[in-house]
Amino acid sequence: MAKLLMKGNEVIAEAAVKAGCRYFFGYPITPQNELVTYMAKRLPEVGGVFLQAESEIAAINMVYGAAGTGARVMTSTSSPGYSLKQEGISYLSGAELPAVICNISRGGPGLGNIQPAQSDYFQATRGGGHGDYYLPVFAPASLQEVADLMGDAFDVADKYRTPVLILADGVLGQMMEPVEFSDKVVEELPKKDWATTGTRGDGGPKIITSLDLDIGGLEAHNSRLKDKFENITKNEIRYEEYEIEDAEYILVAYGSVARIAMSAIKLARKAGIKVGLIRPITLWPYPQEPFIKTRDKVKGYMSVEMSAGQMVEDVRLAVNGHAPVSFYGRNGGVIPTHEEIYEKIVQLSGGVKA
Amino acid sequence: MYQEIIISGLGGQGVLSMGQLLAYASIQEEKHVSWLPSYGAEQRGGSATCAIVISDEPVGSMIVSKPNSAIVLDNNAFDRLESKVASNGLLILNTSLINRKSTRTDIDVIEIDATKLASELGNQKIANMILLGAYIQKTNILKFDSITESLKKVLGPNKQNLLEINEKALQLGSDIVKIY
Repeated sequence: MAKLLMKGNEVIAEAAVKAGCRYFFGYPITPQNELVTYMAKRLPEVGGVFLQAESEIAAINMVYGAAGTGARVMTSTSSPGYSLKQEGISYLSGAELPAVICNISRGGPGLGNIQPAQSDYFQATRGGGHGDYYLPVFAPASLQEVADLMGDAFDVADKYRTPVLILADGVLGQMMEPVEFSDKVVEELPKKDWATTGTRGDGGPKIITSLDLDIGGLEAHNSRLKDKFENITKNEIRYEEYEIEDAEYILVAYGSVARIAMSAIKLARKAGIKVGLIRPITLWPYPQEPFIKTRDKVKGYMSVEMSAGQMVEDVRLAVNGHAPVSFYGRNGGVIPTHEEIYEKIVQLSGGVKA
Repeated sequence: MYQEIIISGLGGQGVLSMGQLLAYASIQEEKHVSWLPSYGAEQRGGSATCAIVISDEPVGSMIVSKPNSAIVLDNNAFDRLESKVASNGLLILNTSLINRKSTRTDIDVIEIDATKLASELGNQKIANMILLGAYIQKTNILKFDSITESLKKVLGPNKQNLLEINEKALQLGSDIVKIY
């Protein structure tokens, strides 16, 4: 297929439709509005349903309803809206319903601003709502990766019966890049025999709920959920390594910041500094492997984020005291430049040899 | 080849379209490209900016802080960007709406009375194409044909009648640079 020039928000929407998503419930918020607009036009073309809800809370509960019928369904929002959806996401996780949620995040806390940020990392990777649960979180760094990951996000959601989060920021939502959609066939997935589409005499009533008043029953259910999260951790971790073979220092960054970091690394390599990058593609489950194999060789790690320091905690957990971990970040909608990150690399490595 | 470009002016001047044309033409020539607009409370007459990175390799940072080239269409954009252009870079000014002079001596500066020339061609809105034609002629980073081909795509089937005047404007910008 030919390469198309599209905005990130549009790529997410089109890739979702290509992955079989036919239902979208959302509420407008900058910087993800193009996604909603695209779905409004596109879904009726493929026999799907687009519905603008009266609020984010209504939208996520519509997702709950559609997911209960076994349909591929999605919603999208940006940071403040993502907070509003937390109750519904906790219910989706508890009731084991597959769905894909996008957070094209912006500056916070509160209403914050509409510029890009990565300050929803804690919320994304620690469940976000109440109760013991995690969401698989995909964090693409380019629009081609968005196009490639959306199908996988829906597959993971169906395979494990779990809501899945796509976490990107305003830069990825707003920018344009060439993309090519693959004609990848959807992998064979387990039958949705749990969907509430009527019994047709094939057994008892199907019940979708996250309510279990029996104390022992809920613990057993949660224990099953825990096994599921362990399975996801075993099977679904993704990351990219860049120039780490001989690296003395390793930057850790995800999403748009990872690309800016790569440009900084190119500058640093030219100046003779041996630096590389670990780019987590899944933020939960968090990749441990690339840290375990490098942490006794490198002189230090630096987490670079558009936040006041959130992912750095996962880096510390993965490095587990084997090497120093530092942090550099901008937040509140400010994007670090590669020149700025380069300066931090120079400081970290103790300066450039003349 | 690696080029960072910032185009900035007023909403309605076709700033974002200029960047999109560069992006389409880059795809046509199988180059890697990113296009990032300023976004926020955008409005006609407010400021509009886009950053484009064109490269033979996959684009890393899509954030441009020291562009190799800047095309500025009004005073405000000039004030924000004049000092940002990288040494040995290029600054193209639409002097119809800029009443300041660049004091930089380490960069190439091209001044074009673009909005006025566009009016003379018959449509004030194509000042952007005059400036883009000048940029392509000066830098040679993309082929002229790729831009005109992309123009057909960007204009879409309903606006093919505007193709001719847009091409004329591109040509005019290019001719100005040839004798600059």
